[in-house]
Amino acid sequence: MSGALARALDSDLWWSFRRSPTTVVSAVVALICVLGALLAPVLAPHNPFDLATLSLGDAFKPPAWTPEGDAAFPLGSDDQGRDVLSAIMYGARISLLVGVCSVLFATVVGVVIGLLAGYLGGAIDSLLMRIADIQLTFPSILIALLVDGVVRAALPPEVHERIGLFVVIFAIGISAWPAFARTVRGSTLVERNKEYVLAARVIGISQARIMLTHVLPNVVGPVLVIATLGLGGAIITEATLSFLGVGVPSTQPSLGTLIRIGNDFLFSGEWWITIFPGLALIAMVLSVNLLGDWLRDALNPRLR
Amino acid sequence: MMQVQDRPLGRGPGPILEVRDLRVEFPTRRGVLTALDGVSFDIAPGEVLGVVGESGAGKSMTGAAIIGLLEPPGRIAGGEIRLNGRRIDNLPYEPMRRIRGREIGAIFQDPLTTLNPLYTVGRQLIETMQTHLDLSDREARQRAIGWLEMVGIPAAAQRVDSYPHEFSGGMRQRVVIALALCAEPKLIVADEPTTALDVSIQAQIIALLKRLAREKGTAMMLVTHDMGVIAETADRVAVMYAGRVAEIGPVRDVVKAPKHPYTDGLMASIPPLDRKVHHLAGIEGAMPRLSAIPRGCAFNPRCPHVFDRCRVERPELLDTGTTRAACWLYDPASEKQAPELFRHA
Amino acid sequence: MPDPVPMLAAEDVARSFDVSRPWLQRVLAGEGKRTLRAVDGVSFEIPKGTTLSLVGESGCGKSTVARLVVGLYRPSRGRILFDGVELEQARADAAQRRRMQMIFQDPYASLNPRWRVRDIVAEPIRAFGMVSEAAAQREKVAELLTQVGLSPLDGEKYPHEFSGGQRQRISIARALSSNPEFLVCDEPTSALDVSVQAQILNLMKDLQRRLGLTYLFISHNLAVVRQISDRIGVMYLGRLVELAPAETLFTAPRHPYTRALMEAIPDLDMTGRQRIPVGGEVPSPISPPSGCPFHPRCPLANARCKAEMPALLPPRGQPDTIVACHAVEEGRDPAPAPAGADQRMGTTATAL
Repeated sequence: MSGALARALDSDLWWSFRRSPTTVVSAVVALICVLGALLAPVLAPHNPFDLATLSLGDAFKPPAWTPEGDAAFPLGSDDQGRDVLSAIMYGARISLLVGVCSVLFATVVGVVIGLLAGYLGGAIDSLLMRIADIQLTFPSILIALLVDGVVRAALPPEVHERIGLFVVIFAIGISAWPAFARTVRGSTLVERNKEYVLAARVIGISQARIMLTHVLPNVVGPVLVIATLGLGGAIITEATLSFLGVGVPSTQPSLGTLIRIGNDFLFSGEWWITIFPGLALIAMVLSVNLLGDWLRDALNPRLR
Repeated sequence: MMQVQDRPLGRGPGPILEVRDLRVEFPTRRGVLTALDGVSFDIAPGEVLGVVGESGAGKSMTGAAIIGLLEPPGRIAGGEIRLNGRRIDNLPYEPMRRIRGREIGAIFQDPLTTLNPLYTVGRQLIETMQTHLDLSDREARQRAIGWLEMVGIPAAAQRVDSYPHEFSGGMRQRVVIALALCAEPKLIVADEPTTALDVSIQAQIIALLKRLAREKGTAMMLVTHDMGVIAETADRVAVMYAGRVAEIGPVRDVVKAPKHPYTDGLMASIPPLDRKVHHLAGIEGAMPRLSAIPRGCAFNPRCPHVFDRCRVERPELLDTGTTRAACWLYDPASEKQAPELFRHA
Repeated sequence: MPDPVPMLAAEDVARSFDVSRPWLQRVLAGEGKRTLRAVDGVSFEIPKGTTLSLVGESGCGKSTVARLVVGLYRPSRGRILFDGVELEQARADAAQRRRMQMIFQDPYASLNPRWRVRDIVAEPIRAFGMVSEAAAQREKVAELLTQVGLSPLDGEKYPHEFSGGQRQRISIARALSSNPEFLVCDEPTSALDVSVQAQILNLMKDLQRRLGLTYLFISHNLAVVRQISDRIGVMYLGRLVELAPAETLFTAPRHPYTRALMEAIPDLDMTGRQRIPVGGEVPSPISPPSGCPFHPRCPLANARCKAEMPALLPPRGQPDTIVACHAVEEGRDPAPAPAGADQRMGTTATAL
């Protein structure tokens, strides 16, 4: 184990990571976001979903450092008397969960389709890639809205309430797979004609096995980059959907939901209810994107 | 470091190119790698110097250092490069760019990287000539056609308006040669100019380069891994190993009676065309990585004649009678002397 | 008594590729489908325990033949027999498939960079279920690595830790691991430095002697081919133009193209002889010339050569050779002379 750790610390990736201050700062910010979200039940000063602790008397408290601030509500409170900081931490949980799951979903779908299209070629390739092309002509938010709308219309409200989270994950994931599929297909086309694949074919290894054991490990590098960059996009898409009110159920408010709710009070002076969730969203997405940029450059041998 | 003259000067005009103790380093995170170490040679007007070596020997890097196109983070860390007596190794980018093209022409392995796919070959030739020479449009076009004819492009007057992709590989390399020569440089650095070409085309290109260098009195540095090409084209040859010159001398002497054990092994490795041999000689092992160049003579772990001194002290280029070789066997002070062992000797 | 059934027999094998542009572009440009005839009617036999080499310049179809012979491509015409059995049938049977292996040109692309060397070498062993027990597999891999001049400890490393020559040794170890009888070698030394090339050629000759292997050896380097072959076929534009015992090809080359190839090799002996390179370039295999494909570059071409495709026939006095050349058939060619000797034959004016 210590050997593996030593190797990782000695790797080119770690070296290029340490050399870039922007990347180190991004990683720290991203780590704070993730830890804050994961450990919300432990770290958050209040539980915003525990109705018993809410009091309307605490509503609209400004941030703690303003004259009317209350130390119990560091970033102020909303119209229900909920602590904004706690709501952000719990909201970030939802945002991250939806982001990560939808990217994973898109990755699996995209990698499978890309591998099949690139390795098998011919009519299968044409068919799968035309589907991807068609989907790419629509903005992904439109696809997500469409999928969400269809599911919403097809299912009774109480069922939708229960599986709403999965619907959003599915909607965002489905809108994102073509990017993965195209990249994987491109790399697969290159790997497929490399001589180590030909050697496996001469031996008579099955196509599925060649794809899984030979091609797949050699095309994951770019997938990692797109997945990281895609995570930022997925979080934004989720926030946009929730902001429009068609995202996750309002019983599980994400950052987007918080921004929408706070938006109503922006012009009556209670700016903190929407600004702080917005800043949290920006910090999370920006840090993830910068990490993705770094990963892309670090894994690209031509830029090194 | 010693100043090595690989042959006596003083006959005819001075050399066009003088390289003295050239040292190129690559800073990496694991420390500084020395890619070239103490490389010295001259090229006289009208002379073709072959630079030969296996991959990783530093032959292409020598060419890149001379034309000022070392790939970053590589840098010249020591020594001098003089073109007609003027130092060019420490010039900033802009003056060096003017020298490249006007005074040094470069030919690379892949013609496609040299030619701009968006412009006709005529336009590229005309532009190059007008940048460096004072020519009217008509004159430049006439000369462009003349150059294409000279390098053997059929129907040059029509082909001058073609784009690079409309030429075959061999024809493209001819265009590249025209482009490298059209500003009438004093020195041509040709890096594996025939490697990407088939053997029958290769022969045509070699003959062309040889003829043009002779006719124009241009000095040429011909970098290649192919001893046959060197034997056919070069007047003198420098054999490189692990970033150093192992042996340098007149091509006939180096090829027919190599004095450095590495050159000897290299020559013996080449499969002969005129007979079948039971066992090819070859050299055991492989060239060291730049990060692990052995102490003393870089060739010592593979050398069949190695003795104690080779493992501690780096040999300088020593006179062998016909060539100069970086080998302690040729130092009269060494405990071991060169036996009459080498082929053809 | 040698086995009368050849290891491999190719009978009038051809393979074309569709190189048309995509449908929409084709329709817009108003052009038809374009096919490239990479291999166009090639026949040969490789007796067991011998080496047949195919030489020629890029685009002559020699690598396509190599891939046809191991079943990576399917022939568009003709048939291939592996030890007397139709190739497709033989390939369908693991016990037969095990007997053929391939070594590739590029030592940097022929090993999966993410696999350890021991897994690379063991892949055929596992695929054919030859040794099932893990310890025995390890032992077999160690033995194979030793056999090609590497250390058993090298099995723990990844391909990038090796030099080009060592990687080619790993490739050979992998190919040998299924105990094959027939090895197809596609330019196995052309990416290597000359001192390493000598090591690999020696290794391959040594293995052939010890294991009784049969080789199909593809190369563009005539000098290399001379060292390793029993018989040599010269290819031009998808066809065999000359097929002869190795020594005969070099002492008495007959086809004008074979002669031109030998003429074009730079002269290391520095006899100072002025070489006259063959003019012109290899035409596109998409639109090959009429008649004999070499006629536009041939110094001996006449009207018949432009119109009529020559057949492979033995020239007078050389029963072991077959040559596809009207001039040789008609006795119009200059007397054969060994390679490297002065054999000026009035090649066409070069483009120089």
